[in-house]
Amino acid sequence: MDFKSMKNYIYWLYCQFELITCSYLMEPWEKLLFYTFNITMLVMVLYTAYIFVPVHISTAFQFFLHLFGSQHENTVSIVK
Amino acid sequence: MANPSAVCNGHLHHHHHQKQNNLLKSGIYKKNGITKGMKKNGISNGTLYKKTFIEHFEQAPMYVAVLTFLGFGVGTVFGYLRDFMRAWGLEKRNVAAEREQQKDFVPLYQDFENFYTRNLYMRIRDNWNRPICSVPGPQFDLMERVTDDYNWTFRFTGRTIKNVINMGSYNYLGFAETDVNALKTVTIELQKYGTGICSTRQEMGTLDKHIELEKLVAKFLGVEDAMVFGMGFATNSMNIPALVGKGCLILSDELNHTSLVLGARLSGATIRIFKHNNMQSLEQLLRDAIIYGQPRSRRAWRKIIILVEGIYSMEGSIVRLPEIVSLKKKYKAYLYLDEAHSIGAVGATGRGVVEYFGMSPDDVDVLMGTFTKSFGAAGGYIAGKKDLVDFLRTHSHSAVYATSMCPPVAEQIIRAMKCLMGLDGTTQGLQRVRQLGKNTRYFRRRLHEMGFIIYGNDDSPVVPLLLYMPGKIGAFARRMLEKNIGVVVVGFPATPITESRARFCVSAAHTREMLDTVLNALDELGDFLHLKYSRYSKSSHPELYEETRLELED
Repeated sequence: MDFKSMKNYIYWLYCQFELITCSYLMEPWEKLLFYTFNITMLVMVLYTAYIFVPVHISTAFQFFLHLFGSQHENTVSIVK
Repeated sequence: MANPSAVCNGHLHHHHHQKQNNLLKSGIYKKNGITKGMKKNGISNGTLYKKTFIEHFEQAPMYVAVLTFLGFGVGTVFGYLRDFMRAWGLEKRNVAAEREQQKDFVPLYQDFENFYTRNLYMRIRDNWNRPICSVPGPQFDLMERVTDDYNWTFRFTGRTIKNVINMGSYNYLGFAETDVNALKTVTIELQKYGTGICSTRQEMGTLDKHIELEKLVAKFLGVEDAMVFGMGFATNSMNIPALVGKGCLILSDELNHTSLVLGARLSGATIRIFKHNNMQSLEQLLRDAIIYGQPRSRRAWRKIIILVEGIYSMEGSIVRLPEIVSLKKKYKAYLYLDEAHSIGAVGATGRGVVEYFGMSPDDVDVLMGTFTKSFGAAGGYIAGKKDLVDFLRTHSHSAVYATSMCPPVAEQIIRAMKCLMGLDGTTQGLQRVRQLGKNTRYFRRRLHEMGFIIYGNDDSPVVPLLLYMPGKIGAFARRMLEKNIGVVVVGFPATPITESRARFCVSAAHTREMLDTVLNALDELGDFLHLKYSRYSKSSHPELYEETRLELED
């Protein structure tokens, strides 16, 4: 039951996409071209995110850790 | 002439009983339909307007405009792609092109001007110019047609789609009918006079039918005299040049019809445009005209004439006649009122906006109207003082060069007008006017409650429903036809680029069941296409619905 309403909802979302971007008006080969272009762009963005985002996050994390981490060591040495 | 009780003492009855509490709480005291204590624009509504004037021009949320432009952007990119393919021979050219031998001459066809027509209009062209095969009454029959090459050519399948509900025809009072009893007199006149006149009014084309019709029109409107013409468009475009000329000033509304614009341009007078229905803009123009006079010589203008329409057919808004008349009296200008859509459709007894506002027809200098919409015929009239009409009889371009109205059409107008005035002994005319009023109010109220954005005045039978996105124009019209309802959708050149709409014309011949069918279909379609953009659906915000929304330009 849930799958049917979920499928209907996804179909409705697809219809909205078609209407908003005017791909409802396009001939089949134009639609193919348009969707190919869109999917290619989307895949490229996702791939870039997949490659670069973990590296950026870990670099930023290390930077902040180094900042707070070095303070920690100073306090420890003074107490000692 | 008895004042019908449906419109009691000049005010409408709003069914807002549950809102009385809210209004009393907020200190706004509502009495007799006139809201006191709500002053907008410094105009005290109590003196000029005898009833509340409520117009809606709600703006859609910002994301709608962004997505509309996105849709047009994608359409434009693909348009360029297709044009490129057509220019380089990768695709067959279906548009008009010159012969090979004339390629080096000055081009006959400017390809870019038709860019929009070729690339966007063609894709959804099947929603316009649909051939019908019955009278365009409240229901009609359509010929089914299909296309094999994406709307460049059509072919008929041979099937007729029967009893499609007609929400597009200007059949306001339902006189587009084929009932034999109703058309008896028209048939007699057709047998007696034939169909053509083949002569102009000034030569041999003035028949006794025209005199009878003109007297009847003058009596209907309450003026001294009237003159009728064979074509409604030509009434404007051929008579404005006869009334004004060089050295005169025309102040025309932003959204005037093409016939008025053409007549104004043909006359050779100076044209200045004021913002739609905006009295501050009009007053500013009038003051500038009187203070500064003509452009170079600074002489006074020979004549200043204000061109407005009764109901604007793309917006559904009604002209602010009391304010315009007070402005015209103050600055000594003339008023030309084009009642093409409002004659027969508004007013307690169907006599147009002049009656709707409770004013006298002497206030308007030139009353113009057409018989195409409410009377189910063709042609137009100009009415006013006897001097004006006598002048037009000799000086109108239409009277000199165009053939006059043919007798069967004149008889149709005579019988419709007699029905409307009650001269045929029945109250059918009044019933039609009241039915139209009821249908209009019901339709608009239900659409507001559903959450659509509707433009225009609450009393106008023209109901534009905003669609905004170009993709939805085609989808809306096609799906409505699948549900057996015929609608008119309008897009870019006729409306601003972001505001494409579907325009419904309510008719007195529509029954409550037909309207309910249409409303249910609209409800479903509105959910499917996501068209319910209104943030002020009436059930949730009653006090916002009561305000007069006026457009201010600072």
